[in-house]
Amino acid sequence: MEVKREPIDAHALRVRHQTARQLLRGGEIEGLTPAIELERNEDFELERHVEERVLTTTLDKAVAWARSNSFFPATFGLACCAIEMMSIVAARVDVARFGFEAFRASPRQADLLILSGRVSIKMAPIVRRIYDQMLEPKWAISMGACCSSMGVFNNYSLVPADKFMPIDVHVPGCPPRPEALMHGVLKLRKMVQDHPDMGWRERYDAVGTEETLRGA
Amino acid sequence: MPDATGLELIRQELGDAALDTSFLHERAVLEVRAERVRDVLAALRLKGYAFLASLHGVDYYPHEPRLGVLYELLDMARVDRISVKVRVSSERPLLDSIVPDGEGPDGEGDGHVGWPAANFQEREVYDMFGVVFRDHPDLRRILMPEDYEGNPQRRDFPVGGEPIVFTYNESPVLEGSE
Amino acid sequence: MSTPPAASEYRRREQSITLSPLQEQLEAGSAGGEDQTQELLTLNFGPHHPATHGVLRLLVTLRGEVVHDIKPIVGYVHTGIEKTAEDKSYWKVIPVIERMDYLAYHFNALAYIGAVEQLAEVVVPTRAEYLRVIHLELNRIMSHLVWLGTSALDLGAISMFWYCFREREQILDLFEFSTGQRMHTRYFQIGGVAEDIPAGWAQKLREFVKRMPNSLDQYGDILNSNEIVLQRLRGTCPLDSETLLSLGVTGPLLRAAGNPWDLRKAAPYSAYADFDFKIPVGTVGDNYDRYAVRMAEMYESVKIIDQALAGLPEGPYITTDRKVALPPRHELATSMEALIHHFKLVTEGLRVPPGEYYNAIEGPRGELGCFVRSDGSSKPARVHMRDPSFVNLQAFSRMAEGAYIADMIATLAMLDPILGGIDR
Repeated sequence: MEVKREPIDAHALRVRHQTARQLLRGGEIEGLTPAIELERNEDFELERHVEERVLTTTLDKAVAWARSNSFFPATFGLACCAIEMMSIVAARVDVARFGFEAFRASPRQADLLILSGRVSIKMAPIVRRIYDQMLEPKWAISMGACCSSMGVFNNYSLVPADKFMPIDVHVPGCPPRPEALMHGVLKLRKMVQDHPDMGWRERYDAVGTEETLRGA
Repeated sequence: MPDATGLELIRQELGDAALDTSFLHERAVLEVRAERVRDVLAALRLKGYAFLASLHGVDYYPHEPRLGVLYELLDMARVDRISVKVRVSSERPLLDSIVPDGEGPDGEGDGHVGWPAANFQEREVYDMFGVVFRDHPDLRRILMPEDYEGNPQRRDFPVGGEPIVFTYNESPVLEGSE
Repeated sequence: MSTPPAASEYRRREQSITLSPLQEQLEAGSAGGEDQTQELLTLNFGPHHPATHGVLRLLVTLRGEVVHDIKPIVGYVHTGIEKTAEDKSYWKVIPVIERMDYLAYHFNALAYIGAVEQLAEVVVPTRAEYLRVIHLELNRIMSHLVWLGTSALDLGAISMFWYCFREREQILDLFEFSTGQRMHTRYFQIGGVAEDIPAGWAQKLREFVKRMPNSLDQYGDILNSNEIVLQRLRGTCPLDSETLLSLGVTGPLLRAAGNPWDLRKAAPYSAYADFDFKIPVGTVGDNYDRYAVRMAEMYESVKIIDQALAGLPEGPYITTDRKVALPPRHELATSMEALIHHFKLVTEGLRVPPGEYYNAIEGPRGELGCFVRSDGSSKPARVHMRDPSFVNLQAFSRMAEGAYIADMIATLAMLDPILGGIDR
């Protein structure tokens, strides 16, 4: 979806496109000089030629592209995985290359919750509340083994995050390397780019549960 | 560490408050009566063991009295450690808290200086084992949620957790969770 | 504490048209003598907050902007590590116990392993002790770097975060080279270390040791005489050494107050008696001293690593007692006994004679102790970690009494609490 930087003769291009289509349909063109003679193989190249040079897309895809390239993660470091999450902000694995370095402290301003660390039963309602306070569209990455499954500790005090909130990407590891977390975030980015209508409501069959503010 | 003879001398001084001594791997452990723990710690403080390094609970299930509380004291001047062990039964798990200062001789208390270092640690023993510390300034659960029932660190409390899904138990586990 | 006015008073004030209720209150209350102009406000620094290091919840009672009282509420990352440890064999407890204080994983492991080694009466070879000391001091530097980066972030010196994490990445590269993992390396084993250091590691460590003091000088240049750092840290929230001792505080906080208590010197464990290093001690015990003590400790740790690397002896890296440590793989093909030992160790684990032991080492935040009770079986009957942050947190309220909120945040940063250790 890039726009090449050579000057485009738009009119000539349009004419070529129209004539190509008409020729493909097998018709004759009247009032056109025979100088516009197109080779057979050039017809198929033309579509690609046009697509390469002009940004053609639907609005959904454009919005999804914008959203996926500017996640605002919420600062939600719980335990050891938080240290590796801090490592992706640090200089070696730099999350700012992708535009995700703006970690927002307030969940109202964030749209990605990177749950990093072990979720204890005391913390679970609070995580749920923070997730609820985030505005749509929102995504969640469960980082590390402890919140994806129970991790190293399979005991009375931990809750796997799937039990109380919808998670989009699980990143395994204990703790996952910063590169692994980056891979998870980029996977989420690809998911959001490719499926602009993907959301947890579609996956969990909860469409229609959105709340809207009345009045205003 | 006070060596074995030093430990016996301490035991003699404490008289009937001390129940048992053990000297293993060069660590001295003094087992005392539950109701005399404040006096014993005050006496040891006068001997120089003025720093409370740790206060933790142990569950000696199935040996009664079941719940033990250990006070690890440290003498910084001579680099000595001594452990004071107290055992209470699970039917009546009451102990005096060592946190508050005892009142003077004309007041109701025993006049001993308190050990504020024990504050959070006694709360943890209360939370994990159920030992109630009398006169603790703020005895609430510290690690588990306030309304949790049960004392997790007791030996008869199950470890809990999610069942791990293997191929042989996949159907029962997943059906059970629906 | 001022009493709130009665309901009728509220109604009267609501209906009045005066625009200066405060003035009214002053006139009404000046006869009483009680300071009724300020109520106590209890603010909740929730578990989700960018300034609390981890999920610490603070109920702060404020009088205006001055802190009156702080009640920390912990338990939000309680993982039941001690309970899980009772369920696993001694060898398998090590990865679980490492994840307690998640910036000092080698220290957690050593506290536990030291206790088990005392109970099982295992002798650790000198090469293993030296390797342990090197990894411990690298871990100490790494923990202090994370502390420095996040504390400077709290104070507003945001670029320190990137500098500190740059050095931290170098240390983690060294860990990955020698142990295979960046964090929670499971390198310390009962009886020694898991593997010998690979070829080239010593050279890489030597280069690191040469570079590190220059980086520390850089950090000192940025922060030591910085006007804002001085104003925020110098003279704020001091606490004297006697109060700290009565509250059970150890580590850099106690050393900042002037008490040179360090278990590495007082009761040397592992190979620390062989090395020559100083203990940095502060004078006043305010936040600047706490900061300076940790900065100086990093220099001393580099010295220890240098000496340990220079004096690294040859020898086995783990005890040769086959009832405790796995035999080397090549023996399994030839020796029946080695095979049986391997089988027993891997399936059942090692058996430790019954006993109780409390082992204390000097972690980056203070005295890290581990109490192990064994009942003769292959699983420990009780493992309790005495975490320094848990006990140090009790002093936080005393430190920040009477200070502004901003000073409270700076004190929390200088306290260096690690919630994984507090909550276990």
